Amino acid sequence: MSENKLKVESLSAWFYEKQVLNQVSLDFPDKKVIAIIGPSGCGKTTFIRCLNRMHELTPGAKVKGRVVLDGKDIYTEMDAMEVRRKIGMVFQKPNPFPNMSIYDNVVAGLKLMGIRDKNLLDKVVESKLREVGLWDEVSDDLKRSGAQLSGGQQQRLCIARALATDPEVLLMDEPTSSLDPSSTAKIESLVRVLKNHATVIIITHNVQQAARVSDYTAFLYLGDLIEFGETKKVFESPKNPLTEKYVTGRFG
Amino acid sequence: MKVRRAKDFIIKLISTLVTLLIAVPLLWIIFDVVIKGASALSLEFITSLPAPFGETGGGIGNAIIGTLIINTMACIIGLPLGIATGIYLSEYSNGSRISALLRTAIDTLSGIPSIILGLFAFSIIVIRVGHYTALAAAFALSIIMIPVVSKATEEGMKTVSIDIREGAIALGLPKWIITTKIVLGIAKSSVITSSLLAFARISGETAPLLFTSLFSYYWPRGINEPMASLQVLIYNYAMSGFESWVVKAWGASLLLLLLVLSINILVRRFSTKVV
Repeated sequence: MSENKLKVESLSAWFYEKQVLNQVSLDFPDKKVIAIIGPSGCGKTTFIRCLNRMHELTPGAKVKGRVVLDGKDIYTEMDAMEVRRKIGMVFQKPNPFPNMSIYDNVVAGLKLMGIRDKNLLDKVVESKLREVGLWDEVSDDLKRSGAQLSGGQQQRLCIARALATDPEVLLMDEPTSSLDPSSTAKIESLVRVLKNHATVIIITHNVQQAARVSDYTAFLYLGDLIEFGETKKVFESPKNPLTEKYVTGRFG
Repeated sequence: MKVRRAKDFIIKLISTLVTLLIAVPLLWIIFDVVIKGASALSLEFITSLPAPFGETGGGIGNAIIGTLIINTMACIIGLPLGIATGIYLSEYSNGSRISALLRTAIDTLSGIPSIILGLFAFSIIVIRVGHYTALAAAFALSIIMIPVVSKATEEGMKTVSIDIREGAIALGLPKWIITTKIVLGIAKSSVITSSLLAFARISGETAPLLFTSLFSYYWPRGINEPMASLQVLIYNYAMSGFESWVVKAWGASLLLLLLVLSINILVRRFSTKVV
């Protein structure tokens, strides 16, 4: 296993009295794609929302345990906003800012933090849009509202927006669940390239998708981490019978 | 089948007739004001001072400028307060007791008759300063603007979905930037629309001005002075009984009507624009 980027140590999470994660410990290797799979309600989303400190924004939310990014505890040694700039996130539903152009959406994280250097912003816009494969589709009119794009284009715009701040880790919460098959295929091939710059942690409800895009797979069930390992091993020779049942589609 | 169709027809007929009936007074007012006011309009009418009593000619230039100055000052006071209150209620209050109190206060404020706001401004400003002043007028009118703008700002900002907010939070942006650049940015059209409507609304308020800026037959000399306004001019001239003044009152009414109508057209522009 290569060097670990993000270490999770006995992480538990609650909504009010209800515990949704039980002592999950997991090391994410650098520059790999890690899929989080599991049936609905198993705590996948809560888990990744603990990794960029979004969970704590929900009323009644509580977290225990450690999440360590490059040796620093993101809960005690880092500011929440600093964490989120280093650990980017893409959501289930595309959420471009409707009041902003395509251009401004991509560099929102830079521009709103006071970066005004036009040359730099232009460069970031082009390189990130190229990276997500949107440049050729939108470069003729970057002033158009981001909300006018199709669903799949919007999602790629949101990925470009998340990449613009050069995060070291990218969290993706079922990024293709609201998209059609061809947009899904585009995003899947994008995910495989993204690991060149960042550790990608992707939640998917689609087991085949996990097999297609990821190097490692974690299987969560009712808030417990059941199995974690190389995707190939998890799919071909799972250690836990529950994992086998899930990846072969017999429940969930 | 036939009965159902007949019922359909009757309902359609009634609603159409009622709509037309409601349109009649509006069109009548516009028609009447245009007919009676148009003859007063001329370049001299809108650019010169009222003629001394007994002389012909003259205009209402000072009242036009006065209304614009008083309204502008009311906006300078009222809009920031209204928008800031709306931002607080939508983004920072978290259902606290202060916010419940504030909301009740704003609802009550929007129900206070404007004549009482005029009296209030009279008692706390005019009496202390010792003379009528346009500042007191702007103060009274700004109180009318605050609830309109704060409510629309609050509602516009509340419609911004949690998805969009989380997208902004996940970029590591601080709350104040998310609030002002993203949430307020999305709610911009509600803020502009309500500001314009509030402006139109105060352009018609007369009672508060009678207690505050009163009137002047000269060009405005300072904001801490009595000042002419279209509203008070209409009131004074229409009640005067002099034929030539009554015509001028109609002319001023036409200008005021045009101002309010054009604001309403602007509002339609802003509110139908796709975000």
